[in-house]
Amino acid sequence: MSDSTEVTKDMAEAQVQTPDPISKRMFLNVGPSHPAMHGVIQILVELDGEWIRKADIEIGYLHRAFEKHCESGTYTQCFPYTDRLNYVSPLINNFGFAAAVEKLMGLEVPERCNYIRVIMSEISRITDHLTCIGASAMELGAMSVFLYMMKAREYLYELVENVTGARLTISYGRIGGVKGDLPDEFEGQCRNALRKTREVLAEVDALLTKNRIFYDRMKGTGIMSKEDAISFGITGPFLRSTGVSYDVRKASPYFVYDRMNFEVPVGEVGDNMDRYLVRMEEMEQSIRIVEQALDTIPKGPTNVDPEGKVIPPDIMADLGKFGKTAGLLKNEVLIEPTLAGTQQKYHQLIRADSKQAWLPPKEKVYGSIEALMNHFKIVMMGHGIRPPKGEVYFCVEGGNGELGFYIVSDGSDRPWRVRCNAPCFRPMAALAGLLEGSQMADIIPTFGSVNMIAGELDR
Amino acid sequence: MAEQQLSKTLERIKGQFSDQIVDLHTSLGMDTVIVPKTIIFELVRFLRDDPDLKFNLLSDLTAVDYFKRNPRFEVVYHFYSLERNTRVRIKVPVAEPNPEVESITPLYKIANWLERECYDMVGIRFANHPDLRRILLYPEFKGHPLHKDYPVTRRQPLVGPQDSMA
Repeated sequence: MSDSTEVTKDMAEAQVQTPDPISKRMFLNVGPSHPAMHGVIQILVELDGEWIRKADIEIGYLHRAFEKHCESGTYTQCFPYTDRLNYVSPLINNFGFAAAVEKLMGLEVPERCNYIRVIMSEISRITDHLTCIGASAMELGAMSVFLYMMKAREYLYELVENVTGARLTISYGRIGGVKGDLPDEFEGQCRNALRKTREVLAEVDALLTKNRIFYDRMKGTGIMSKEDAISFGITGPFLRSTGVSYDVRKASPYFVYDRMNFEVPVGEVGDNMDRYLVRMEEMEQSIRIVEQALDTIPKGPTNVDPEGKVIPPDIMADLGKFGKTAGLLKNEVLIEPTLAGTQQKYHQLIRADSKQAWLPPKEKVYGSIEALMNHFKIVMMGHGIRPPKGEVYFCVEGGNGELGFYIVSDGSDRPWRVRCNAPCFRPMAALAGLLEGSQMADIIPTFGSVNMIAGELDR
Repeated sequence: MAEQQLSKTLERIKGQFSDQIVDLHTSLGMDTVIVPKTIIFELVRFLRDDPDLKFNLLSDLTAVDYFKRNPRFEVVYHFYSLERNTRVRIKVPVAEPNPEVESITPLYKIANWLERECYDMVGIRFANHPDLRRILLYPEFKGHPLHKDYPVTRRQPLVGPQDSMA
């Protein structure tokens, strides 16, 4: 680990004493805004020719006070902030936060909802790894790989868009469930997208894995030992590339991961090539998980009331106000597309059976006083979702490793403290040590394989 | 209070540090130990090196500001054992003024950055830390944003319009 204050001091001295550009040591700033840095981060290196003698990492350029903002809003209002943590796989953050609060409240979510969470998490993991590999391959000169991978990511983003209504800032998780059920045509679209993604992966594998240029730059660079990785608390693909088979999905299964059949790929030496191979294999395993989940997911609503007709919301609300509630609960309300999948018939499939955490279906809100009061209790300021006093730590396997939320509740409708344990913080702490002693050009593959996501790193 | 059944981890910790521990309990499936700050370094070393515990991964290190409570702060450590697949939470109450605990950077390399973040955000100082600087915020920043008495609307820009609310 470099003594970074010393680097800064040395830098100032060197500038004063040796203005000669051909002096032995040279200081170079990479970033914070550099074409090869996908994300704002500054790497300060001390060079001896092409060799890096010292490195210092400066982070925090994208700090947005995530933890402070969470304290000032209600629990549900935290979801949009969690979207923006790891913005390449926002669904995992959503579900991680929701599951932490559910654990605190003791809520059980229904089976179909758990399956939806698994499917959407794995799709996000694939998009995360596609972005990581695509971007680092591009920085090593493989532009076409980047374009192919973005094409595959596009297939998956279309799925995400169909389900959540947005591509990136999805806010799809809810405490006690998910926003809405999967659309009817989802299964076919999903299998189709996965098939096309597989083709792209095969294509990329053929282009990259045995490519001389790519192999030479990845093999043997950025080597991290098993002991160092553990001491740095690294998890996820980075840790697995060193040979430690730790995956939260296997170690402490959440949702329905214990029913899924999948392998945890591990590397051997912990270099950039191993990290690339681990990520490639993980995408294949994620596809397997999604396919199994699609096969076994409990089916959606089948027994729709034959007499139920669709009524526009204003008409239904008026009928309710005038007391014409007979039979109203059996009708379906016409809701806007962004709320698709939240109709009464989907409700018990996607939400926990708890009045403390979930908005009742619109049909009941318009048609009965109890549901209206329930709705009021949850949305009005000072009421809201109130987990009991206590603290909880819950972690899920994010795109980069163990994504943990530590939440302290004081019994009110706002969290007292939300701490996000970001997985890419740890390899970034180790990055300076990885770079020291390597060549200038190795910054690019090593930094690429860390998969730094500034939104998650700086919070 | 009824004597509850302690987990294996808690038994082991209790056996070693029985007279110094403030409290031991299991909440929501997580073993929790509250200890005074004087023994934190020894305890963490024991957690890491003891062959029955082997908590080799520092999952998280943070602090909570319990405003208007004495002691005001609590430093919270989460450890994970890769071999045993177990977690434990250690809490250290720290009082004002000058909240300070011993750094565990010699034991876990990641503690260096996590303690820097904790200092930056909550203002806990870590004794014997090799390089206790701000990490996410800039050196000129005044105060610590995760203090409960730091208003969420306060702005401290280095450039651009200054805060009208301060």
